[in-house]
Amino acid sequence: MTAHNASDLPRISDRLAKNALRNVSERIIEAILFAAAAVSVLTTIGIVYVLVSESIHFFAQVSIVDFLTDTQWTPLFDDAHFGIMVLVSGTLVSSFVALAVAIPMGTIIAIYLSEFANPKVREIAKPVLELLGGIPTIVFGYFALLIVTPVLQKIFPELPGFSLLSAGLVMGIMIVPYVASLSEDAMRAVPMSLREGAFAMGSTRLYTALHVVVPAAFSGLAASYILGISRAVGETMILAVAAGMQPNLTWNPMEPAATITSYIVQVALGDLPHGSIGYQTIFAAGLTLLLITLCFNILGQWLRRKFRENY
Amino acid sequence: MQIHDKPALKAEARSFNFFYGEVQALKNINMPIYDKKVTALIGPSGCGKSTYLRSFNRMHDLYPGNRYEGEIRFHPDNTNLLSPEVDPIEVRMRVGMVFQKPNPFPKTIYENVAYGLRVRGERNKRVLDDKVEHALKGAAIWGEVKDRLQDLAPNLSGGQQQRLCIARALATDPELLLFDEPTSALDPIATGAIEELVHELKKRVTILIVTHNMQQAARVSDYTAYMYLGEMIEFGKTDEIFIKPQDKRTEDYITGRHG
Repeated sequence: MTAHNASDLPRISDRLAKNALRNVSERIIEAILFAAAAVSVLTTIGIVYVLVSESIHFFAQVSIVDFLTDTQWTPLFDDAHFGIMVLVSGTLVSSFVALAVAIPMGTIIAIYLSEFANPKVREIAKPVLELLGGIPTIVFGYFALLIVTPVLQKIFPELPGFSLLSAGLVMGIMIVPYVASLSEDAMRAVPMSLREGAFAMGSTRLYTALHVVVPAAFSGLAASYILGISRAVGETMILAVAAGMQPNLTWNPMEPAATITSYIVQVALGDLPHGSIGYQTIFAAGLTLLLITLCFNILGQWLRRKFRENY
Repeated sequence: MQIHDKPALKAEARSFNFFYGEVQALKNINMPIYDKKVTALIGPSGCGKSTYLRSFNRMHDLYPGNRYEGEIRFHPDNTNLLSPEVDPIEVRMRVGMVFQKPNPFPKTIYENVAYGLRVRGERNKRVLDDKVEHALKGAAIWGEVKDRLQDLAPNLSGGQQQRLCIARALATDPELLLFDEPTSALDPIATGAIEELVHELKKRVTILIVTHNMQQAARVSDYTAYMYLGEMIEFGKTDEIFIKPQDKRTEDYITGRHG
């Protein structure tokens, strides 16, 4: 506020008028902000609408029980079967392999960067790590197919050219930066006073990190894991390139298999007539995928609320 | 100063200097800490009293660029706490600390108090139970929490949290307990409880307390040191310092003309 002489001050009525104008501009800004927020909400609603409405046509022809229990996925064959578990198994196995890599590695990297690395190392390492997250997934896919698979075949000679293992491992490496970066943020947000309290009790750095910082940052860590899971479940290109695309109901990562996403990409690239049952499988599969990620997001929200930082 | 009836020494700073990088924060401090007594450090903000306090458990080792010079001798074994050969973790095993803002760990009440024991490798459930109860009683919080030891500590009130932090520090039987303005985040009633506790604790442990509140120093301490701009201006028995300070600067501060 600037100093005014009494004579410089606007009269009360003028000030009221200005306020009214300000209210109008506030309203306009509010409307713009609302519109921006509405776009993303409407897009989501639109996607859900399309998925659900097309899936309704699909489920008019295929019963939900068959959809969930059939052990074959052959929608384009004469003897058509629509067992989504075939694709879900591929998705879950590859995601599990990816997370078995990404969660431990990401957490260890985050602990190192947040609690051990000196600031110079951290300033270089973190952007480099985040750069890894910027590599297009198609590059990762060919990395899996052309480098990781042959190396794995040296260890497991029976490993086929396409496998969930190879794709999952590389997918894990792709997810590491997300988990590490978010986990590191969560751990760095833990106040220094907690660490000092732990050190003052005679703890070592490692003991402090594992027994004080990690529990204090748990909700943030959980959020980063959930994001990692969502990335893994929704990942497409690496699996399409390196995991093979034949539907295969298996829990064995050493086999090739299609996932929900790689099936969608495969079918969407073909020329299926609009309205055919094959075309509608895309939407049923997409809806399934959406529900899976929705479950994980709800789980994530719940974890965040349950373990809210209360330091 | 009196020569006779002096209690045993617990620690002693000798020509102690401290540097934050190039900046000298403490200048040539010489000061005794008497065994089983409460010694208060007073002085205006930025005078270095917290810096001095945090040297006793080598907290400055946690941050790069800090440097100690001189000695803080710790008795009865006459160890120089600041010596590079002395492991700061060993120092912290013997010197407990209570911070300005209560900082309970995001664990249960029980686990907070058991923390230091677990760090020291104690696994025996009965020993842990015993020591946790003893420490909580020592910190005058046992009655309030004994029925909810498995509740999360951060859900306690501020005053309870601070007493829990005191219990946490007590559980490992430290020889020296450092208090860094332990009541500045608390209301008067909680403050009173902590002050009473400090008074009670000096039967068991030597206490060094930084405080902004001169009434508090007068109430709880046996000895008082006045610090100003990184120097120890005056040290003596609390009643003497408050009734007839020797140094003009101490007098100005105590009477409120400075700081």
